[in-house]
Amino acid sequence: MAHVIETGADALVVDPKDDVATALRDLTAGETVQYRSGHDVTSVQVKNDIPFGHKLAIRDMETGTHVRKYGEVIGQSTMAIQTGEHVHVHNVEGIRGRGDQAAQEKGTN
Amino acid sequence: MNEISIQGYLRPDGDYGIRNHLLIIPTVICSNQVCNRITQLVPDTVAIPHQHGCSQIGADKDRTFATLAGTGKNPNVGAVIIISLGCEVVDPYALADDIRTTGKRVEVIDIQEIGGSVKAIQHGVELAREMRNELNQLVPETIPAAKLRIGVKCGGSDATSGMASNPALGAASDLLIEQGGTVIISETTEIIGAEHVLAERCATPEVAQQLYAFVSRFEREVERMGADMRGGNPSPGNIAGGLTTIEEKSLGCISKCGTSPMMGAFEYADPIPGNGLYFMDSPGNDIECVSGMAASGVHLVCFTTGRGTPTGAAVVPVVKITGNKKMFERMSDNMDVDVSQILDGTSGVEQAGERIWEEIVDVASGKLTKAEILGHQEFSINRIGPSL
Repeated sequence: MAHVIETGADALVVDPKDDVATALRDLTAGETVQYRSGHDVTSVQVKNDIPFGHKLAIRDMETGTHVRKYGEVIGQSTMAIQTGEHVHVHNVEGIRGRGDQAAQEKGTN
Repeated sequence: MNEISIQGYLRPDGDYGIRNHLLIIPTVICSNQVCNRITQLVPDTVAIPHQHGCSQIGADKDRTFATLAGTGKNPNVGAVIIISLGCEVVDPYALADDIRTTGKRVEVIDIQEIGGSVKAIQHGVELAREMRNELNQLVPETIPAAKLRIGVKCGGSDATSGMASNPALGAASDLLIEQGGTVIISETTEIIGAEHVLAERCATPEVAQQLYAFVSRFEREVERMGADMRGGNPSPGNIAGGLTTIEEKSLGCISKCGTSPMMGAFEYADPIPGNGLYFMDSPGNDIECVSGMAASGVHLVCFTTGRGTPTGAAVVPVVKITGNKKMFERMSDNMDVDVSQILDGTSGVEQAGERIWEEIVDVASGKLTKAEILGHQEFSINRIGPSL
């Protein structure tokens, strides 16, 4: 069964192309956790408190990097992100549905 | 999985319903109270009070009409009483004629013509008692599950939606379509950023084009508002649950319709064009979307949630499915199926999909959903024009 997620991991990577893992429990800053990607389990030290369901970076990213989950782009980083950091609205923004940017462009024209 | 059957009610046009509602439709907000009084006085009647029906023009007026007509034509509805004020934009007699194309009994009461609310309520109650008795004579029959049409929807999403409940519902959707049934997915807002994945599965290039056209129409509307979608969608609750962008939410959303080819895409509240998987244009708003699905003719809606939400619908059962174990335990009053085992590793997605499928079959055969037990009858019509 390709879809079975085995127990024992603290976080889960949906697709091998992903830059993030999703926490399966509340993770605490400083602890070393295991994330699973397919059958591989990797350890990472968590840099911030990361609540259940939130994402942590599993690789370093520069500002302006396209961030992937489900193997697809979910947005881009607004600052450099290090492995083990919480990835959320403070460091990633959406690319789509940005009426705010359209309004800004209109204002400067 | 062969020959699974359900208990349904045969309608005059050959379609089957899984509920046997007597529906009271106000053509306009001004008739809501008369409808409510009738449902209070006659058990087993359902009303769909709404805010519209007047001060509307063009496509916006047509959408209100289509939603009311579609809800009346839904096969879960056995008969309809329309309550009109008498001077509104939605024509009650055109509405009645449209619903009568299904062969079901439809009556119209005009409040101005009959002489006020009290007389309208009295006549409505008399009609409702008689029509309710007629409907109660119908005996459910065994019908193949392949006749089922379901809507798949998510709301109050968190990260478990994309990782557990939506993929599980996708597996159940595949099971229904394999047997010849029909699934509709909707929520145009919530395929933004994931439309290319669905487009690859469209049966023809025209279907893919239609899908992209729906998305760009929606995105232009958002741009017209001059705001970032984030905050409205993903909502504050979505963000608290770990969803960062609309793209992330969308990519987690689309798995709930399974892996079948997308046969077509159609406008909000229009009839489903055929069997298999279809896309209906709609906002993500839970009530507007589920109401549009009911108007398009689905028998029931499977609704995944991570944060937890209680809402149901007026004429279709809504099955609540979650991958969030803590929430399932906290809100067991509202939740029907727990698929959190996918996340703790004790169940595969396919197994969870089979459990959802079993629940669909049970609910289609009369088992009440948690939302039905609690009396949820939400109804809301999508607006696309200004109030005049």
